[in-house]
Amino acid sequence: MSTAPTTEGQARPLGAHPEGDGGSDTNRRRGRTMRDIAARYRRQAPGEPRAVGYLYVLPALVLYALFLLVPLGQTVWLSFLHWDGLTVATWAGLDNYQGLLTDPSLRGPFLHALVLLLFYAALPVALGLLLASALSRFRVRGTTFFRTVFFLPQVLAMVVVGVAWRSILAPDGLLNDALKSVGLESLTRSWLGDYTWALPAVGAVGTWVETGLCVVLFLAGTQRIPRELYEAARMDGAGALREFFAVTLPGLRAEIAVALTLTIVAGLRNFDLIYITTSGGPGNATSVPAYEVYHRAFETNEVGSAAAMGVGLTVMIFVLTVGVARLVEGRNR
Amino acid sequence: MRSASTRGTDRRPAAARRRTAPLVLALGTALLAAACVPGTDGSAASGAGVPGAAASSVPDPAKAGKATLTVWDQEVRGGQNDELERLNAEFEKKYPNVRIKRVARSFSDLKTTLKLAISGNKPPDVIQANQGYPDMVAFVKAGLLSPLDNYAGIYAWNTRYPATLLNLNRVSVDGRDFGTGRLYGISQTGEYIGVYYNKDVLEKAGVEPPGTWKELTDALPKLKDEDQLPVQFGNLDKYPAIHTFGVLQNQAGGAEETRESVFGRGDGFDTDPTREAARTLAEWKERGFIPKGANGTGYDDAAKKFADGKGAFLITGTWQLPDLKKSMGDSLGFMPPPPAKEGAAPVTTGGQGLAWSVTSKSRHPQVAAAYLDFITNKHAADVMTEEGVLPAVPGKAADEVPEGTVDGQMIDGWRQLNADDGLVPYLDYTTPTFYDSLSADLQGVIDGKTSPDELATAMQRSYSDFQDKQRAEGKKKP
Repeated sequence: MSTAPTTEGQARPLGAHPEGDGGSDTNRRRGRTMRDIAARYRRQAPGEPRAVGYLYVLPALVLYALFLLVPLGQTVWLSFLHWDGLTVATWAGLDNYQGLLTDPSLRGPFLHALVLLLFYAALPVALGLLLASALSRFRVRGTTFFRTVFFLPQVLAMVVVGVAWRSILAPDGLLNDALKSVGLESLTRSWLGDYTWALPAVGAVGTWVETGLCVVLFLAGTQRIPRELYEAARMDGAGALREFFAVTLPGLRAEIAVALTLTIVAGLRNFDLIYITTSGGPGNATSVPAYEVYHRAFETNEVGSAAAMGVGLTVMIFVLTVGVARLVEGRNR
Repeated sequence: MRSASTRGTDRRPAAARRRTAPLVLALGTALLAAACVPGTDGSAASGAGVPGAAASSVPDPAKAGKATLTVWDQEVRGGQNDELERLNAEFEKKYPNVRIKRVARSFSDLKTTLKLAISGNKPPDVIQANQGYPDMVAFVKAGLLSPLDNYAGIYAWNTRYPATLLNLNRVSVDGRDFGTGRLYGISQTGEYIGVYYNKDVLEKAGVEPPGTWKELTDALPKLKDEDQLPVQFGNLDKYPAIHTFGVLQNQAGGAEETRESVFGRGDGFDTDPTREAARTLAEWKERGFIPKGANGTGYDDAAKKFADGKGAFLITGTWQLPDLKKSMGDSLGFMPPPPAKEGAAPVTTGGQGLAWSVTSKSRHPQVAAAYLDFITNKHAADVMTEEGVLPAVPGKAADEVPEGTVDGQMIDGWRQLNADDGLVPYLDYTTPTFYDSLSADLQGVIDGKTSPDELATAMQRSYSDFQDKQRAEGKKKP
């Protein structure tokens, strides 16, 4: 218990913007706590229940280890094996990882995933910023209504989204009907069956789903930006665009980081949508790592290769989210 | 503001280091915890050790004491579900000491969970195993299934089923080859790819139901001219094209070669029939005989559209019949793909439903064998017919189905195919990854992206790579 007051006391000056960067704050606090404990160990302070802090995190740590760390370790272990899921596995060394780099059918999914990130992360954040700044600037009537509508896709199960969009994108689906009705018959195509358009089509669904999340996050963020800043900007003669770049964008930095992290993770672990809409087709034009992991582990009995792919995906998510945390969230203000 | 930022920078490396240390530690521990080679060595399957393999007389489940038979199957669709529920109830009534615990899952759910279930310590007693390398052969290799040759003798399954069908459920003792060796399952139902036709649409266009393959192909442009879609087809799910392609390949004269190659005894697929079938498929797309958006239409959606009168023909399996019949009634007709000459023996892709197998760790192998016999015998065949399902071996009830009805046409076709040995196994049985590569390539053929030559080369490469691997593995073993 004795650690708590010290941490709180020391964390306060750091937490000058507690509402802004809650995540990194906790991290820092944790780092601090650990350093305190370490320091006190060194000093050998008498009479203090030193390791008791670990006891508090133990239940959570056990669960975390049991359901996350152990499976992760198992996956890493499996990725070094050739295993069909049933008979005795044989050592593969780095074969599976070599395959990830050399085999086009394994490399392809990662490239598709990167393309999908444009639709899952970049586009929703851009659209979200646009909509949020519009909604907050012009005080649209019924903001709550719009917010709910935008957020709705997030509430739906991805399977439902997939089924709905599969029928919208079908050759005689809603989208083509709409195009036909406005005389754009030449643009109609079998969206999910077209080698060029299947990936963007699936990506567009992702944009539809993720934009709402971004809008809601950014709306909440803009409400936190002090009105005075806008007033000051306007006094200095800033137009809407200038205002956006000088006030709104920097003010939303933390929210953008959160939005990017969430959407990137959602984009990379995209499985259900592909499973429902295209099964990776046409050809392998829309296969993504998460789908390929499932496909290899359960359908073609290549558990080792699937595990290596899973590890690759984990690394990719890790690198990208850390990158976002460093570059976007970065040294805040 | 500034102080926070400077502090932030100078703290970072230390914090980062400290953050990685526990991570590495945790990963290490997790790795250690997981570090054991998974899998079984297949020793459980060594012939004589299997209880029940030694059975020499007809097992009597009544003498088995209180027994619970756990059955995992995927017969969740209408008629198949009804038929199996009826048979299960009858079995329990006949042997009150036996309780059947049925776990019914959809095909893909079963496929993903079965492997874990049967490699555990308390596997189900009876399972439905999908024929081919990824499932049935893999199970046998791991020693998870019990050979049934003994029971095949006792229950006369060897004579009940045509050899072609029985062979599809055979795997070699070493778990390497498929289609030969020991019997590891028997199937309840038969299935084949045939041609459904909409009598109303044909009549409107003035086309007679075709008696030969040429009549069928000649009808396509005629239907097109009459503004009817000649062949309904949806290939978003990737697999339907394998069936259509199989039929086209058989028609192009590739049936015999395919049959040999699927079982690894042929020269492969770099053949003229393969090319011709691919050309036909691409041509059908180009000339609008199949829908423009075929690759973007779901299989079920296509069937629904056909039922709604969009399309004169639909080339798919007998499993669609109950559903189509329900919505189309008398306007639905069905036939095996018509032969080259009127009245000649038909040839088509087909086989049988998933195999019913007994797991090697089952505690009641004799009861399980009796159950297998019960759900596939003459009486079971009649129950299946009554529920609109095609039994692998049609019984008395099938004779009473009036000729000319769509069920009658289906049963008739099945009998003919079996009598003339006209069944060609599914192409995707060929190698463990054949389904993947072929289904992806066929989408390319339909799109015009993959040429017939490229398809033939890709199929051949997949085939010979696998054969080389099989041979290398065979040499390694003493």
